[in-house]
Amino acid sequence: MDTKQIIAIIEAVAKKIEAEKDFLTQLDNEIGDGDHGINLARGFKSVMEKLPTFADKDIGAILKAVGMELVSTVGGASGPLYGTAFMKAGNVCKGKNSLTDAEFAAALDAAINGVKMRGKAVEGEKTMLDALCPAYKALKDGLDAGKSLTEALTDGVNAAQAGVEFTKTIIATKGRASYLKERSLGHQDPGATSSLFMLQTALEVLRGA
Amino acid sequence: MVGIVIVSHSQKLAEGVVELAKMMASNAPVAAAGGLDDGNLGTSYEKISAAIESVYSDDGVAILMDMGSAVMTTEMVLEDLERDNVKMLDCPLVEGAVLAAVESVGGISLDDLAKRVDEVRNVKKLDA
Repeated sequence: MDTKQIIAIIEAVAKKIEAEKDFLTQLDNEIGDGDHGINLARGFKSVMEKLPTFADKDIGAILKAVGMELVSTVGGASGPLYGTAFMKAGNVCKGKNSLTDAEFAAALDAAINGVKMRGKAVEGEKTMLDALCPAYKALKDGLDAGKSLTEALTDGVNAAQAGVEFTKTIIATKGRASYLKERSLGHQDPGATSSLFMLQTALEVLRGA
Repeated sequence: MVGIVIVSHSQKLAEGVVELAKMMASNAPVAAAGGLDDGNLGTSYEKISAAIESVYSDDGVAILMDMGSAVMTTEMVLEDLERDNVKMLDCPLVEGAVLAAVESVGGISLDDLAKRVDEVRNVKKLDA
């Protein structure tokens, strides 16, 4: 994966989040404070405006800049969470202009660990981690089994989709939804959903390339 | 005097807590960092940074937050700031802010304030 593809993924994610803004906000209205879609769309809009100022940098610097912009502009919990994720992924891609498949997986792993650290959260608490963690595991297993990045990420996206479905069956113990206790049952987590959208979008860009 | 910053999703809430705290200690250096730049609900990295700067002295700054992104965004500001004398305190926002303002004017150190504020976490309003 090269810098161009990374930029293409960021642009496509920004478009996807804008397109799904109302859906994400509706999910968040059901079990949260109803700002997830609006906040994330504002953040990625701002990322797109700033993109020309860092698009010529290496992958590490690009991801870090995206993360910092999200932290500054999102305004809700997804700002520090996705912001930390992109910044941590940027750290492991420092100085690189292309990523091997294993390095892409390592970047995703670093991003997930960033979310865990920032949110003091683990899998199974009805958060974005319930999409991200299974996705990473499936991606890693696929790559270890000799699959191409596109094939392995397809497994990852399927696992994330299953993870989003799983969030409907559990009670939130982290984030604003935790105040609702069992009333959070039956609803899919907005954060897990936006994480799924990002992974799906990355896969679409890879397939198109 | 130890500076105090109130971080909230709501600009009104942050300013209201500052107002209440100053009722008891009008000279206390207390700053509000509430809401987003456009006044909408949320927490702003820039507002928190600016509020810290506005009350900063060598005595340090204590930061009180409401919840969720207020905590996480403040954490990120502090990681970038890298100053040992700027700390987040974990306490009920209103009770903690009033106590912090009073103690700040009384000349308490940041470390002692952190201990004092910890004591109000379990204060009961109804039973003795």
